[in-house]
Amino acid sequence: MGHADVAKPPSLNASTTETKMFSNPTPSQSEIRLDLAAIAAGEPVEAVIHEEVASEESILEIDRFALHYGSFKALHDISMSVPKGKITALIGPSGCGKSTLLRSVNRLNDLIDGVRVDGDMRLSGDSIYGRDVDVIELRKRMGMVFQKSNPFPMSIYENVVYALRIDGQRNRRVLDEVCERSLRAAALWDEVKDRLHESALGMSGGQQQRLCIARAVAAEPEVLLMDEPCSALDPIATQKIEELMDSLVPHYSVLIVTHNMQQAARSSHYTAYMVLGRLIEYGPTQRIFQNPKLPETEDYITGRFG
Amino acid sequence: MVEPRPRTARAAHGGGTLLSAGEPVVWLMAAGLGLALAMIAGLLAMILWNGGATFWPRALVEVSTSDGRVHLGEVSRHERYRPTPEIYARLDPEVRDRAEHDAAAHEGTLGRTLLRTANYDLTGTHFTWIDDFEIEEGGRSEPEWGVTIERLEWGRFYGTPTRAVEQGRTVAEGTEDTWAWFEEVHPRLRSLWRQKRSLETHDVGRVNHELESARLELREAELREGVPPEWIGAWGELQRARQGGSAEEIADAEARVDRIENAGFVPTQAFREAVAEFESREAAGRERFAEIVGEVESLSQRMDGFEVVMRTADGTEAPLEVADIVRAIPQNRLGIVGRLGVYLSRWIEFLVDDPREANSEGGVFPAIFGTVAMTLIMTIAVVPFGVLAALYLREYAKAGPMISAVRIAVNNLAGVPSIVFGVFGLGFFCYVVGASIDELLFEAKLPNPTYGKGGLLWASLTLALLTLPVVIVATEEALAAVPRSMREGSYACGASKWQTIRRIVLPRAMPGIMTGAILAMARGAGEVAPLMLVGAVKLAPELAVDATAPYVHPDRSFMHLGFHIYDLGFQSQNSEAAKPMVFTTTLLLIILIMLLNVIAVWLRTRLRRRFAGSQF
Repeated sequence: MGHADVAKPPSLNASTTETKMFSNPTPSQSEIRLDLAAIAAGEPVEAVIHEEVASEESILEIDRFALHYGSFKALHDISMSVPKGKITALIGPSGCGKSTLLRSVNRLNDLIDGVRVDGDMRLSGDSIYGRDVDVIELRKRMGMVFQKSNPFPMSIYENVVYALRIDGQRNRRVLDEVCERSLRAAALWDEVKDRLHESALGMSGGQQQRLCIARAVAAEPEVLLMDEPCSALDPIATQKIEELMDSLVPHYSVLIVTHNMQQAARSSHYTAYMVLGRLIEYGPTQRIFQNPKLPETEDYITGRFG
Repeated sequence: MVEPRPRTARAAHGGGTLLSAGEPVVWLMAAGLGLALAMIAGLLAMILWNGGATFWPRALVEVSTSDGRVHLGEVSRHERYRPTPEIYARLDPEVRDRAEHDAAAHEGTLGRTLLRTANYDLTGTHFTWIDDFEIEEGGRSEPEWGVTIERLEWGRFYGTPTRAVEQGRTVAEGTEDTWAWFEEVHPRLRSLWRQKRSLETHDVGRVNHELESARLELREAELREGVPPEWIGAWGELQRARQGGSAEEIADAEARVDRIENAGFVPTQAFREAVAEFESREAAGRERFAEIVGEVESLSQRMDGFEVVMRTADGTEAPLEVADIVRAIPQNRLGIVGRLGVYLSRWIEFLVDDPREANSEGGVFPAIFGTVAMTLIMTIAVVPFGVLAALYLREYAKAGPMISAVRIAVNNLAGVPSIVFGVFGLGFFCYVVGASIDELLFEAKLPNPTYGKGGLLWASLTLALLTLPVVIVATEEALAAVPRSMREGSYACGASKWQTIRRIVLPRAMPGIMTGAILAMARGAGEVAPLMLVGAVKLAPELAVDATAPYVHPDRSFMHLGFHIYDLGFQSQNSEAAKPMVFTTTLLLIILIMLLNVIAVWLRTRLRRRFAGSQF
C-alpha cells in the first residue's frame, strides 16, 4: 500500500544521491542544481512552480503540509494547488511520499497509528485538517481508486451504489440511474449491464479496477484521487483506464500517483515531481517532460536518476 | 560481477539423501493421517454395527438342557471362559464327557451362550447363561411359533400363543387360530388404548393446568390483598370439608372463617370475586375431570378382558392383556421382508415415541427434541454474543496489555473443565437469575421454583458460555483476515467505521464466523457433564413446546441424548438389555450432530459462494 513505500528509511535514496554529489562535486549558487544530499540531511528546499499553475482555477489547495510517521518525517512543507477539471500527476522515485500525500488528501492516513501532520489542505476553500472537520463528510466529497483493485464482496450493482447506500439512499430509481451513469462513465456499462447482480469478484482485473472507478465517481466527487491505478494491469487494460481518465475531465478533477512516466506524459495536464518527501518541480506536463527547469527533473524523467 | 559457480560443485554435495528429499517426513505425515482416519472409521463402524443391529429381529432359539429345562430366547452373545476344576466334579458323567471334550478342543476353555429369555414376571430374570455342554444332543431348535411380545410392562415375553380369551370365555384354541384372532383384535384394542392414553395425558393434563392456573390467580389475589395466612388456612379447610366432609365439619370450618373475618380481616369485594371465580373454575375443572374418568372407564371396559394365553418354553401358561401388547412378532416365521418391516417399525417407534420401562424400551423422542432445542438455543445465544465481543476486541479496543490479558483469559476459558461451567450455571443462572425471576414474575407459585431450578434455557445459556471462546477466537481470526484494502475502500467512499464493519467486514468474515458457530455447535451438542447440573433429567415427557399456554416453556427440565446414554449405560436395572440401546442411542446422537453440522456447513457454503470469485 501507499504508506509502505514511504515507511522505508530513505537510506537507499540517500546512497543514490551521494553518487550524484560526487559526479557534481562543486554545486555553485548560480546554477539551479539541487544538492540532494543536503535535502536528505533536512535542509529546506524551495519548490520550482511554473507560473502556468497559478493561472488555473484551483480545486485543492495544499498549504505547507508536513507529515510524520512517528519520528520519521515523510512529507516536508509541501505547498501546491491542484487545478480544477484537469488531471494532475504526482511522479517521483519510490518512497518519495507521493502516495502519502495522496492519502493525506482524504485523510486515510488517520487510520494509521502514530501519524502527525502540520499545515493544512483546502478542498474548494474548506479546510481538511481543521479542528472540527467531519472526516466522513469530507471523504464523501472525494473519490479514491487504489493501486490494487478492491471491489467489495457484493454484487456489481451494490458496489457502484455503495456510497449512496451508506448515505441511506433507498430510492430504486435514483440508484439505478446512478449505477448506469457511473458504469457508463467508467466505460464498463456495456460489459456488465446483463450481470449487474452477480458478484463483483467474478470480473477480470481490469474490469474490477474500472468498477472501482465507477464506484469512486458514483457520488459525484469534487476530486478523484488515483493511487497508481494501472500498476497491476496489463497494457490493454491500462489503455482503457487512461482513455477513461481523459473522458472524466473536465467534469472531474483528478489527482493521480503514477510510476509510469509515459502514463504521466500521455494523460496528465500537470505534473509534480517529488523527491524525499519534498515537492521539487511542478508545472504543465509538456513543460516538465520537454523543458524542465531543474536538471534533477530532467534526469528523472529521462531515466538517468538512480 | 561475480563469476557463476560451476554447476558441478553444487551437485557434488548431492541433494540426493533420503532425508533431504523429505520422503520420510511425508511417510510420517501420511501415517499420522492414516491412523487418525482409521480410528474415526473404527469408531463409526463399531457404533454403526452395534447400534444398527439392536432392532433386527434375530431367530428365537429353543434350547433343552441336561437338567431337563427348556429355554426360549434370542442369542445375545457367545463366549468362552476358563472353568474352575470343581465344575467338572458336580456334573453327571455324560455331561462331564461333553464338557471335557469341549475343553480339550478349545485349549481348556468352555463355551457358553447368553440367552435373552425375558419373561421377567415369571422367572425374575431377563437373561440366562447356558453352557454349551449342558445342551442335549439335538436340543437346539428354532420353533416355528416362537413369538416375541413387546409389552408396556415387565419387558419382553417369549412364548407360543395357545389360547384366546374374551371376557373369561375361550374363543380360539390352537396356535394358528389364536394368532389369527390376535391379529384381528390387536389393532382395534391398540387404537382404544391410544385413545385412553391421550385422555389420560392430554385431557387430564389440560384440566390440571386449568386448576393450577385458577389456584395461581387466587394466590396472586391473596398476595395483592395481603390476606393473612390464618384466613387462607381456615378457608382451605372449608374447601376440603365441602369436598367430602360431613355437614358438621362444614359448619365448623365456616365458623372458623367467620371468626377470623370478625377478628379484623375483612376481604374486599374484589377478593371475594376472585374467590368466587376460583370456586367456579375449580368446580368446572372437577366436573371435567370426572367426565374424563368416566370416558377412560368406558374405554377400559371395552379393552379389558381380551387376553392371549401364551405358553412359555417350560410349559407355563401366562395370560397377557392384548391392549398392553405393543408388538407381537412371530420372528421365526418371518422372511427377510417381514423382518425388515419389524426393524423399521422399531426404528420409527424409537424416533417418535416416549420412553418406557426405565428408558430401556420405547422411543427417545423427548431426548431428540431436547438435544436439538438446546443446541439451537445455545447457538442463537452464543453467536451474536461472541461476535459482538470479538468485534469489540478486534475493531474498537486499543491494543495494549489489558486487551492481551482479556484475550489470554478468553482462550483459557476454553480449557476450563465443562463441569465447572455446570456449577457456575447452577449457582448463577438457577439460583441467582432464576430465583430473581421467580420472585418478580412467578411469586404466586413459590415455594415451587419456576426458573429457579435447572431447565432448558439455563442449560442452553450454560453451554453458550462454555462455547463462547470458540466463537470469539474464530470470529477474531475471520475479522483479521478481511483485507485492509477493503476497509480503506469503504472509508474512502465516506463510510463510517460502523458502516464499514456492517457492510464490508462482517459479510466478508461471515464464513469464518459460521465456522466458529459450527465448531461451537459440535462442541455444545456433545457436552453432557454440565447438563446434569442445570436441567437434563432421566425422564421428562413434557416437552418445552406444547399446546398449553404460554406454549413455550424454557423453564422445563428436558431430556438429552448424551445424558440418556449415560443413564442407559449406568443407571439401568436391566443393563444387558440396555447395552444395545446405548449403542443405538449413540448412533442416533452422532447422526443428529452430523445433521446439524451438515446444515450449518451448507449455509456456510451458500455464503461463501456469494463471495467467491477470481482473486489474482
